[in-house]
Amino acid sequence: MPQSAEKILDHGPLFREPEYQEMFARKKACDGAASIDATALQGEYTKGWEYREKNFAREALVINPAKACQPLGAVFAAAGFEKTMSFVHGSQGCAAYFRSHLSRHFKEPCTAVSSSMTEDAAVFGGLNNMVDGLANCYALYQPKMITVSTTCMAEVIGDDLHGFIGTAKAKGSVPEDFDVPFAHTPSFVGSHIDGYDNSIKGILEHFWKDNAAVAGSSETINIVPGFDGFCVGNNRELARILGLMGVSYTFIGDAADQFDTPSDGEYRMYDGGTTIDELKAAKGAKATIALQHWNSRKTLDYAANVGQETASFHYPLGIRATDELLMKISSLSGKAIPEALRLERGRLVDAMADSQAYLHGKRYAIFGDPDFVQAMARFILETGGEPVHCLSTNGGKEWAENMRKLFDSSPFGKDCKAHEHKDLWHLRSLLFTEPVDFVIGNSHGKYLERDTGTPLIRLTFPIFDRHHHHRFPVIGYQGGLRVLTTILDKLFDKLDAETNIAGDTDISFDLTR
Amino acid sequence: MSDSYENDGKAHEQYITEVLAQYPEKFAKRRKKHLAVAKAVEAVSDAPVGEEGPLLTECDVKSNIKSIPGVMTIRGCAYAGSKGVVWGPVKDMVHISHGPVGCGQYSWSQRRNYYVGTTGIDAFGTMQITSDFQEKDIVFGGDKKLDKVIDEIEQMFPLNGGISVQSECPIGLIGDDIEAVSRRKGKEIGKTIVPVRCEGFRGVSQSLGHHIANDAIRDWVLDKSAEAEWEAGPYDVNIVGDYNIGGDAWASRRLLEEMGLRICGNWSGDATLAEMERAPKAKLNLIHCYRSMNYICRHMEEKYGIPWMEYNFFGPSQIAASLRKIAKHFGPEIEAKAEEVIAKYKPLVDSILEKFGPRLKGKKVMLYVGGLRPRHVMTAYEDLGMEIAGTGYEFGHNDDYQRTGHYAKPGTLIYDDVTGYELEKFVEKIRPDLVGSGIKEKYPVQKMGIPFRQMHSWDYSGPYHGYDGFAIFARDMDLAINNPVWALFDAPWTDGGELLAAAE
Repeated sequence: MPQSAEKILDHGPLFREPEYQEMFARKKACDGAASIDATALQGEYTKGWEYREKNFAREALVINPAKACQPLGAVFAAAGFEKTMSFVHGSQGCAAYFRSHLSRHFKEPCTAVSSSMTEDAAVFGGLNNMVDGLANCYALYQPKMITVSTTCMAEVIGDDLHGFIGTAKAKGSVPEDFDVPFAHTPSFVGSHIDGYDNSIKGILEHFWKDNAAVAGSSETINIVPGFDGFCVGNNRELARILGLMGVSYTFIGDAADQFDTPSDGEYRMYDGGTTIDELKAAKGAKATIALQHWNSRKTLDYAANVGQETASFHYPLGIRATDELLMKISSLSGKAIPEALRLERGRLVDAMADSQAYLHGKRYAIFGDPDFVQAMARFILETGGEPVHCLSTNGGKEWAENMRKLFDSSPFGKDCKAHEHKDLWHLRSLLFTEPVDFVIGNSHGKYLERDTGTPLIRLTFPIFDRHHHHRFPVIGYQGGLRVLTTILDKLFDKLDAETNIAGDTDISFDLTR
Repeated sequence: MSDSYENDGKAHEQYITEVLAQYPEKFAKRRKKHLAVAKAVEAVSDAPVGEEGPLLTECDVKSNIKSIPGVMTIRGCAYAGSKGVVWGPVKDMVHISHGPVGCGQYSWSQRRNYYVGTTGIDAFGTMQITSDFQEKDIVFGGDKKLDKVIDEIEQMFPLNGGISVQSECPIGLIGDDIEAVSRRKGKEIGKTIVPVRCEGFRGVSQSLGHHIANDAIRDWVLDKSAEAEWEAGPYDVNIVGDYNIGGDAWASRRLLEEMGLRICGNWSGDATLAEMERAPKAKLNLIHCYRSMNYICRHMEEKYGIPWMEYNFFGPSQIAASLRKIAKHFGPEIEAKAEEVIAKYKPLVDSILEKFGPRLKGKKVMLYVGGLRPRHVMTAYEDLGMEIAGTGYEFGHNDDYQRTGHYAKPGTLIYDDVTGYELEKFVEKIRPDLVGSGIKEKYPVQKMGIPFRQMHSWDYSGPYHGYDGFAIFARDMDLAINNPVWALFDAPWTDGGELLAAAE
């Protein structure tokens, strides 16, 4: 009997006990699955170039994509505004999925209501669901704002959000002057980063359309962070930097507090976030800058349309990217970059110099949202590493061209390639045929780590199987230090693992590295 | 064992009144039907004795009705019921999330349906395979794309045992004929391809998805059973409705094998298509999650004459009762072995109760889960001396609530399709020692300072079934409730008292 009260075995060790192993063998003998030989043969075959070519010839099938759908981005965006409830118009399963997905990453509550459309709504449209839904949401959750997004169901049947919200207000679901910005976020177009963009743009339009404020009338700079699983650490880090510089700023959506509420006995359904007054005033800002370009294209166009200066970045991670962000903010605000930040920068450079021998020439695969991959590849190049396979499921042709330029800018980028609209099964082939030292991405990469033996470094959304990473910044010089350390820790762990067998591989099991 | 307690029904009635007061009138009326307090039956000795023992209470609420719009219902959708629960765990099949990318992405590897196999080669359980619908697929229809997806699956995964097509919302709305494509391609590649119309807008919750998934098994799998290679034996059983979460089905299977039964197949955790095809050759269907798979058991009884019975492998008292019930079906030889099994594990059970009982005695629990656990785990808690203050189902039906009456004590708060708002208020008022629910409920409850265990995924632990599982269950409830962190919530300087100098 494997189990005992003194030593309770978890599922891992429990199923390695002989009782279970024998049972697995009995089951295997009769479960009708493929033979051991056939499995081994096919397993080998998937590692080769022939399989890779077939794999890259796929036109319709998508296997393990690294992207989610639009309304997830909308739910994330809504979390950045004060006392805002996210209203997902469509079938209710979607809202359950978005809430679970974000909760699994942040280990925090995530709120969103659904209009719970079913068959009758599919036939007659979801107007009644909107009218009743807004009334219930308003009564129960007492939000200051409700942001509406759509699922593929509502989009396919063509629900008219603007009209529906108007009718709901006329019927008294919420007061006439209650703010209900909305965005169409069809799941069959783009990905979660477009849903984020559409949603933020919808919110700005709502507050800026009939707003007399003149762009440039204030010294404030608007900051659109983008869909960022590290928003808790990152937004606070950026706020600290802006504080050091003395820049007046408004985050257009800051989910840092919402996804990081303290445990003190009270459940806060809402916490932190940009206020409605700040949103209104934001129209008068001098400029709107986006920390992520591919996340914010429509939003920036709109900001430019109302007369603001705009600029976008690709997730300011590492030395040069942070330099550029600071210099841009400095030139927009007229505020100097303080000495303290120059010293911080120097400390990151110092750290990179200390570790350069280990990082030089290391080969990486990087996957994730297009801005993240771009940022990460750039930082790797700064360390003398080679971002050999850069893959994005929701990055397109324009992104790949951008990446090409980045590779061309460095001698370390010579053999690097960007793979747009590719999935993690493509990456699996790449890792087998052209191996690298490390994979940088999200938790889904653990299957690649298992199959190909390439160590995974988790540095982007979603991270389900490790805790608290999102609480620390990865942007700015401080964030760069954390990214650097994370990579180095993995590297040293690998070195140790390779040299830790006593009397066999431990000749170079060095104490000091 | 703590089986004689009663909950404070009066207070619970009051809490119901209080939450309903927050709703607009029309919806307060609708929600009222879903909230109740379990009423004691007149005299337990005269109460009808059902399959699950004597009826203790009546848990009379409306259920399986549309959620009201605009609230945080905890429910999922038909796709979640079919792909996420029933079909997804069939390990040697490739399950296409047919439609846009999201549904497959969010349900990817989240239910912990353990399996043995080489992923991507002969098993596909922890993969997300999708047709990734784009706008043009919505406009022109996705049948051609599906055709191509199937060809490419054959190229990439030639060892797959079959394919299922799990429809997402747009498929039904744009009128794709996935049945025709499946039939034609199935012939072409010589494998089973199962179209499942589990679009998320169908029905009111996951529940219809289970039913639709069962119907698909009936229509597309069981008709192949005559060809299935399997030499039937006298003690062949199917495990039905065990999805092997954290290895549950394995902990169960071991006990059934120990008592001399042979498992034809396990539906659907760690299952292969071949196991499902041979199911009609079994002598008995043993169903754990009644809600999700009773449909197919009824069908197999009607068409193949296979009897079925519900069993419960949570906690020693129900495990023993179930083993005996199952054994009785097979006669004295198996009955004797069942007794041996029960006796063999008694020392383990005793030592667990001895170790954890004193730490858990009298602790109050509130549950809110899916289909069988709101009643089936109640006695496992009670085995540990704990008490159930409230329970409810995400997608239970009338018969689930009737069955709950065999477990729930008088005064238990019953909540059907509870909204985030209601559950939070109930938890705040009752302040139980433990809440068992899902990921969406975990963090709000913990913020209140109340211990929590996820009772869908076992909070990444498990198995919880069988005797091996009970040890883990008991350990997990203890480590949740008795962790020192819950005592750290209040900063010592905030109670208005003088600051203490801690330093020496």
